[in-house]
Amino acid sequence: MTWPELTDLLMVGLRETAWMVGASTVLTAVGGLLLGVLLVLTAPGGMLAAPAVSSVLGLVVNVARSLPFIILLVAVIPFTRAVVGTTIGTDAAIVPLTIGAIPFFARIVEAALREVPPDVVAAATAMGATRRQIVGKVLLREARPGLIAGLTITVIALVGYSAMAGVVGGGGLGDLAIRYGYQRFDTQVMIATVVVLIVFVQLVQMAGDLVVRRLSHR
Amino acid sequence: MIEIQGLRKTYRAKGRRDRAVVAVDGVDLSVSEGDVFGVLGQSGAGKSTLLRCVNMLERPDEGTVSVGGVELTALNRRRLRVARHGIGMIHQHFALLSSRTVAGNVAFALEVTGVPRAERRARVAELLELVGLGGRADAYPAQLSGGQKQRVGIARALAARPKVLLSDEATSALDPETTDSILRLLLDLNARLGLTILLITHEMNVVKRICHSAAVMRDGRFVESGAITNLLHRGDSELVRGLFPLDAPTELPGHTVVDVTVSGEQTDAPLLAELSRRFEIDVRILGGSVESLAATRAGRWRLALPDGSDAALAFLRERGALVTVPQPPLRLEPAPVSLTANQEAAS
Repeated sequence: MTWPELTDLLMVGLRETAWMVGASTVLTAVGGLLLGVLLVLTAPGGMLAAPAVSSVLGLVVNVARSLPFIILLVAVIPFTRAVVGTTIGTDAAIVPLTIGAIPFFARIVEAALREVPPDVVAAATAMGATRRQIVGKVLLREARPGLIAGLTITVIALVGYSAMAGVVGGGGLGDLAIRYGYQRFDTQVMIATVVVLIVFVQLVQMAGDLVVRRLSHR
Repeated sequence: MIEIQGLRKTYRAKGRRDRAVVAVDGVDLSVSEGDVFGVLGQSGAGKSTLLRCVNMLERPDEGTVSVGGVELTALNRRRLRVARHGIGMIHQHFALLSSRTVAGNVAFALEVTGVPRAERRARVAELLELVGLGGRADAYPAQLSGGQKQRVGIARALAARPKVLLSDEATSALDPETTDSILRLLLDLNARLGLTILLITHEMNVVKRICHSAAVMRDGRFVESGAITNLLHRGDSELVRGLFPLDAPTELPGHTVVDVTVSGEQTDAPLLAELSRRFEIDVRILGGSVESLAATRAGRWRLALPDGSDAALAFLRERGALVTVPQPPLRLEPAPVSLTANQEAAS
């Protein structure tokens, strides 16, 4: 394989991975934040304590997290068809990626919000803050460094999951490594793909760390 | 300003009805406008729960709480929120927002109370000036000392111009010097703004420095409470024993040993000299101190008078001194109780 051929392959794979990971990250951030906040609010002793809701949410999250991603990918195919109209391709891969990552990120959000000292929440309550203000201006804002660090972990997990997107024809760098590197014994493509993945993950982590450092004033 | 009647609060361990802990067990409390009222007690006495019941951070099981004539126990959530704007609170560990600057923390309180953005900046500057933090507006809490953090806490608590300030062990995490400066600030605010302060503490020094009235709390109950000037005239006041510590009583052969408490004008009068001269007796001072309390000047001595000095003791009483038999030192912790079968099984 010539260099131009290789770089073309890598560029296509990189673009597909970036799109899959980027889109599912945005959706996961929104969904995971919502779910994580709900987990904290409905927990016993929480601001909207609702034991039944809390246990159902917890169960759903645990079930979703128990499924190996490759199984989830296949299991949600009917849902994927309903949402994007097709079950193959990069867009179709975004649905299972998001469904897989939301419970993962939600648990991270939950843990980050619990790190906010109860004292601080009590102080805001004593000032007469509304529940909306407490969630927005105290919990989420105080937990920002933890949330960003958690999102970074989630993005990197998504890069890993997205390697399996090849199963539904999603493409991406992982798929490239499997098809060319593993199935065709093309060591050159394998190494090149792995290098690109390492650099990609490294950049994501560095960007995440930078933002966390900027936000953290503890 | 603060009226509490029959307050009771019990915590139940989850699913264990038998492990209920009575944190506040029937407390009546009345704090008048402009007063500085201290509740003194060891940790576990229930004073923190009591304070958190005043602004309904904890809902009492029984009893009523009124602040500024508004019965908080009868309010719904929305009206309670508005009522809370009139009650400031400061915390032992400051409870500041780490993600906001000093100015941002104070502004937060203004946002919560709905002060328009345009007015916030000036009000923040004014509040920071009030607590002596004018130059640190852009610092983050992590960059401040403990005393400075508590000043931010105080500025924030005063943002909505409350009539009442609740202080939850506000100086317990501070060193003695910083404690003094924070206590001076609270006294100053009490005087300048007419702020009514209800504080809880386990430090006798806090009561000594700023309280006009106080209560001693143990096992969820008030053991005694009232104006300190009144407590000084009660022979059995634990608070007075705590403010003026004396050793355990000792005997002195041929002598009568008494504890004498004086307050107000009598404190600095040459009482003992006069006693000695008039009755021609040798008075020994076995212990004692004279203190400037926030409430008044007062002193307490343990004296040994020769047996048969009844006339001398009568003279002391006549001069307004309180004469009692020597009392053991104050112990704030609850008396040791025998273990119940339950606790024994657990240990």
